[in-house]
Amino acid sequence: MKPNDIPSYAFRGTGEQVQAIQFAYRRSPDQDAPQPVRHSVVIVGAGPVGLTLAIDLAQRGQSVLLVDNDDRLSIGSRALCFAKRTLEIWDRLGVGDPMVDKGVSWNVGKVFLRDEQVYQFNLLPEDGHERPAFINLQQYYCEAYLVERALQLHNIDIRWKNSVTDAVPGEDGVRLTLNTPEGDYSVLADWVVACDGARSPMRGHLGLESKGRIFRDRFLIADVKMTADFPTERWFWFDPPFHPNQSVLLHREPDNVWRIDFQLGWDADPEEEKKPEKIIPRVQALLGKDTEFSLEWASVYTFSCLRMERFVHGRVVFAGDSAHGVSPFGARGANSGVQDADNLGWKLDWVLRGRAGVELLQTYGPEREYAADENILNSTLATDFITPKSEISRLFRDQVLALARDHEFARRIVNSGRLSVPATLHGSPLNTPDTDLFAGRMLPGAPLTDAPVEVEGQKTWLLRSLDPEFTLLVFGEVPAWAAGLPNVQTLGVGSDLHDTQGLLAQRLDATPGTAYLLRPDQHVCARWRQPSEAAVRAALARATCAPQ
Amino acid sequence: MNHTESNVLNTGTHMASYDDYYEALISAHQGLDTAESHAMNARLVLLLSNHIGDLSVLQAALRIARGQPLANESTSLAGRDVITPVVPSHASA
Repeated sequence: MKPNDIPSYAFRGTGEQVQAIQFAYRRSPDQDAPQPVRHSVVIVGAGPVGLTLAIDLAQRGQSVLLVDNDDRLSIGSRALCFAKRTLEIWDRLGVGDPMVDKGVSWNVGKVFLRDEQVYQFNLLPEDGHERPAFINLQQYYCEAYLVERALQLHNIDIRWKNSVTDAVPGEDGVRLTLNTPEGDYSVLADWVVACDGARSPMRGHLGLESKGRIFRDRFLIADVKMTADFPTERWFWFDPPFHPNQSVLLHREPDNVWRIDFQLGWDADPEEEKKPEKIIPRVQALLGKDTEFSLEWASVYTFSCLRMERFVHGRVVFAGDSAHGVSPFGARGANSGVQDADNLGWKLDWVLRGRAGVELLQTYGPEREYAADENILNSTLATDFITPKSEISRLFRDQVLALARDHEFARRIVNSGRLSVPATLHGSPLNTPDTDLFAGRMLPGAPLTDAPVEVEGQKTWLLRSLDPEFTLLVFGEVPAWAAGLPNVQTLGVGSDLHDTQGLLAQRLDATPGTAYLLRPDQHVCARWRQPSEAAVRAALARATCAPQ
Repeated sequence: MNHTESNVLNTGTHMASYDDYYEALISAHQGLDTAESHAMNARLVLLLSNHIGDLSVLQAALRIARGQPLANESTSLAGRDVITPVVPSHASA
């Protein structure tokens, strides 16, 4: 597609303008081809996960077909809290800045019992990080900035109003039937990535299921526009006077919009509770009768913690909500989906280039299934605390809250959602276990921490300084043999970049000679006090499933 | 038996007066209705658990209290047994 064929959309417009964007359906030459056209990667679903993966693959030089059954961005705010790690991934894709510029940055959460604060937490208790713990941003803005970036990349072909109605796996690929306003056509795909959401039609086409627990509770989610002087913090109430016996969560969004979650209980009638005449008194009870507000969007939901047994099925890979679902308390839905994409992008690229065998791509399964379990566990524990499922569970919950006001230990038990942090991939087959002693959290499998650095006299950040390839980060002189490592960028601390504040060495527990081998998705895969060429080559082979 | 290792649940005798202790426990509940007593017991469990602090000791106590033999190590909750247990890395936040 030539750039001047791209219609200009109001990607940086107001909320109304962004939500009004309607993408043009265009007939593809594939629809007139005598035989189904083959594509190396087809991504199903242009939500935050599918778009992130498409951009990553395209930046790595792959051609991507991205199909979406709709022609609009997300309706309503939906996903709201985007975590530090997600922003760092988007920085690598060139979309972090518009997200952070528009989003509301926050680090602090407060928990109240009735009208008294019992607990406060800071999710980013140290300085020296480029990105905040979280930004709040309506999903339609997030998707708008991602689509804007995707359209700048000539090797992404986005087809709106292309709905997958059938998927037939074969020996060396998948045949997809696509339904469009102009009828059906087929394409062949070497690889299909299903980023098509919690209800995933792709899962259905393959006869697969996502299983888990459904929580017997209902929540009203209301986005309210108003001018208010609540601070930019996450506020969570247990049993507040304005909504007795239930919980309430308040969050600030851009454009003077506030997200309010009201716990309603299992017996609430979802149709009744969606009516403005039911919602407005609930909001008024929180804000006071005199606060003027307008209702932007509301929904009543229940939730479940679900997971597919496996995320890789032959040539079809599942990512995001299609593969796993969590409750919203903890912001682990969209954030874990973006991490799925981050994990998959470089592996798929390596396999498509013939640099690695299919075994590398298959490690996406156990790595992200492990991460999904961690997210589901955290989400389940939070949900059990917020929605106790038995009388005794309720009793302990209430007594924890009662003790929390005066006793510090009980504050640590209070769980209003353990907020999304990226999984450390303990036990991944791609990790090389430590042979040297290290302190701290940057063990093999951990996503690399950020730190302030200087490059050529300019202040920048560690994560900004990494190539999208493997990196050997060496404290001190980079050994001469490192230049011969295939597909590895070397970064010398003290030469290529400078640890002017000493925070990098501190966070990585580094001493002169220490080296970290980092994957293209910025996870640590090995580290040494004094690396030998043989050890680094072996770790690299292990991290890429190369024969040793 | 009288274990003294810190990571083993002590079920031997090591209080000066068990009669005094039991009297204190019962009288602490005086004047409370059943719901209030249950709530107080819950707070007591939470306070003492934090004082003990060692999860393996607490798990041993939970097993005995539940009437399970000590050797039985499975206490996984229904529906959670497929989940890999991990410590939330920001639990200290």
